[in-house]
Amino acid sequence: MQNLNKEVDRYNLQPKKFIMWLFMISSIIFFAGLTSGFIVYSGDGVGKTLNVALPQAFIYSTLVIVLSSATMHWAYLQTKRLKFGNQRLGLWLTLLLGIVFIVMQVYGWSVWTNLGVFFINSNATISFVYAFTFLHIIHILAGLIIIITALISSYKKLPNVINLFRMEIASIFWHFVDILWIYLYVFLLLNQ
Amino acid sequence: MATAAIHNPTATHHDEHHDHAHHHETFLTKYVFSQDHKMIAKQFLITGIVMGVIAMILSILFRIQLAYPDQSFPLFEVLLGKFAPEGRLDPNFYLSLVTIHGTIMVFFVLTAGLSGTFSNLLIPLQLGARDMASPFMNMLSYWFFFTASVIMLSTFFIESGPAGAGWTIYPPLSAVAKSMPGSGLGMTLWLVSMTLFVASSLIGGINYISTVLNMRTKGMDLWKMPLTIWSFFLTAIVGLLSFPVLVAAVVLLIFDRSFGTSFYLSDIYVAGQALPNEGGSPILWQHLFWFLGHPEVYIVLMPALGITSEVIATNARKPIFGYHAMVYSLIGITVLSFIVWGHHMFVTGMNPFLGGVFMITTLIIAVPSAVKTFNYLATLWKGNIRFTPAMLFAIGLVSFFISGGLTGIFLGNAALDINLHDTYFVVAHFHLVMGSAAIFGMLSGIYHWFPKMFGRLMNAKLGYLHFWLTFISAYLVFFPMHFMGLDGVPRRYYSFTEFESMNEWLSVNVFVTWAAILGAVAQVAFLWNFFYSIFFGEKSTQNPWESTTLEWTTPVERIHGNWPGEIPTIYRWPYDYSKPGHSTDFIPQTTPLSETMSSNMPHDFEGNEEAERIQEEWNAKNVNNTEEVK
Repeated sequence: MQNLNKEVDRYNLQPKKFIMWLFMISSIIFFAGLTSGFIVYSGDGVGKTLNVALPQAFIYSTLVIVLSSATMHWAYLQTKRLKFGNQRLGLWLTLLLGIVFIVMQVYGWSVWTNLGVFFINSNATISFVYAFTFLHIIHILAGLIIIITALISSYKKLPNVINLFRMEIASIFWHFVDILWIYLYVFLLLNQ
Repeated sequence: MATAAIHNPTATHHDEHHDHAHHHETFLTKYVFSQDHKMIAKQFLITGIVMGVIAMILSILFRIQLAYPDQSFPLFEVLLGKFAPEGRLDPNFYLSLVTIHGTIMVFFVLTAGLSGTFSNLLIPLQLGARDMASPFMNMLSYWFFFTASVIMLSTFFIESGPAGAGWTIYPPLSAVAKSMPGSGLGMTLWLVSMTLFVASSLIGGINYISTVLNMRTKGMDLWKMPLTIWSFFLTAIVGLLSFPVLVAAVVLLIFDRSFGTSFYLSDIYVAGQALPNEGGSPILWQHLFWFLGHPEVYIVLMPALGITSEVIATNARKPIFGYHAMVYSLIGITVLSFIVWGHHMFVTGMNPFLGGVFMITTLIIAVPSAVKTFNYLATLWKGNIRFTPAMLFAIGLVSFFISGGLTGIFLGNAALDINLHDTYFVVAHFHLVMGSAAIFGMLSGIYHWFPKMFGRLMNAKLGYLHFWLTFISAYLVFFPMHFMGLDGVPRRYYSFTEFESMNEWLSVNVFVTWAAILGAVAQVAFLWNFFYSIFFGEKSTQNPWESTTLEWTTPVERIHGNWPGEIPTIYRWPYDYSKPGHSTDFIPQTTPLSETMSSNMPHDFEGNEEAERIQEEWNAKNVNNTEEVK
């Protein structure tokens, strides 16, 4: 462990991990800005509330992303135990579930547009829902890219401290986008 | 020698893992895509200066229009083409000039040019780090900023001209492309540029915070950091917590502009035609914008305050008065900056009770600001003042901070603000307190740390000329504007002197314009001095200002990795100037207490009983010796 700590120092990893946390703070502020925009808007008057039920697909996508967090955590634990085959399996599973999540979100949009509930709407709370999900998907895409870098480094013959570090970064960020979605979903459910 | 970004002084083998240390440095890796924090700081500085000069020229253009609304200047048509038909500025182009002047000055000069330069330069140097937490991200931050600058300036070369809705780009004007030429492609590019700018600021700011918290050298605890570092650190935190909100607001604005949503738009007629957008709220934009916009003025000001603390203490040869109070007042400003945004919105039909709340929070900011002012004055009091150009500019900041800050108390009161809102009184207020004050802080920093950037000194005589001309002209330009504002003259108007009730202000406009031209010409002294001294200035010694802080222990040659050997250890706070009992009037932070037995005070030991005992023994012996000598 002592040795590992020295390695972490040598690669200057601690500050870099901290950068990831700070980035997440900025992301939280971004969504806090958006959701408080929602509150200010819907507090403005009658007819400015979310009066359409959210698509059912969002419940299933929530389950998918929670499951993907579990597979991610499993992959992380396996990496710590130096079982790199399982690490790759876990990462591939997470990647797949992430893509399924995006597909389900887009399916949720199509359900709404088929009902005539469009992004361009005189009730901007509806537009907000599209905006939240869209901007969240962008975060998911960023998460997928980080997962892919973790995957690549797990196939390369890199020092384990680097592999573990990338794994840690991927897992922190992936849990974050998971929690972010749950926050947005609960927020929208409460404001329905 | 490695260029590793390592902060552990015991690690000696830091070359084996580094990925760009071993190939030879080319022009491209040294001067263009550099990852060395000192080079990136210089890139930020020079880009900031260039942008500042451009924004200053824009302001001269619209000042000439204000002073001579009836006159035609054929030169304008030659230079600006159809933006100045028949030698007279086009009214829409006037609005674009005002908008871009504000945008460039606030964001590109006083945010990126100031924080970007001095945070990058001083955080690793004053904290004892080899480089930033992530040198690559640091480089990325600069290139995002550079791209944003290029896009912002490119809008002068498109047919409909640059954005024209004011630097606050309030919808509906900014959201409806048809509403004016400046809301067309120019506004789109403005938004693209600002998005890149925010990305640059966030990447940079995240890096600064991580470096300050993780990479300080041995002995450098938070309460031994110079006030510059405290101010850069807190500025980065303010940026981290406020810029994302601007991005959120801008994303919604882009949806409104380009996709037809109605976040901000409702009940709008353009040329008799009703727009389809319904139900939106333009006030929503103001809330989101000013949640960034107000902290932004502290992002501009706080680094300047930090630089001033350092320069004043060094050149007054006295410890900064109330170091802890200085830090706590910065923290106070940081916290308060987030709960005052509503004072920009008193006239939006806000609930008077809410207005009262914002009024109180706003006026509370006067407390930490006054603490800082008093501490600057108390530091100067009875100091052995050395009037270097940097010191003059730092004192200039204090002057502007007082004269501009006082009018803030007027504007913070809702009852007065409703009268003064959007008049020249506001223009005078913020140009003094955040414009002039921050630019003076920045110039002070440039004169003071120029030797650290380029290894040479700037010419002091030209510095004095630059200071006095700029200082006098800044007051001549902005002071009369208070009276115009009290008379109700609205800001951003193309030719308000055409109104009968205001045409008497024409003579004042002429006066202000000539004062502004004087101020602009004075900058030639600076630009000449700056660029000439880079190449031919007098060679600097290692510690030209006899300063205590860590950056002056690095070699003049400014090597990659900052210190040739081990990173020095810190033993004391950064303000040991004129300490009684010591032979020189400054003690560097790297001098251990054991080498300064004659000047140590009981509180220097921070409760270390063993050290206190040794000191007492030494004192006893020393007192005896003196008696024997007698």
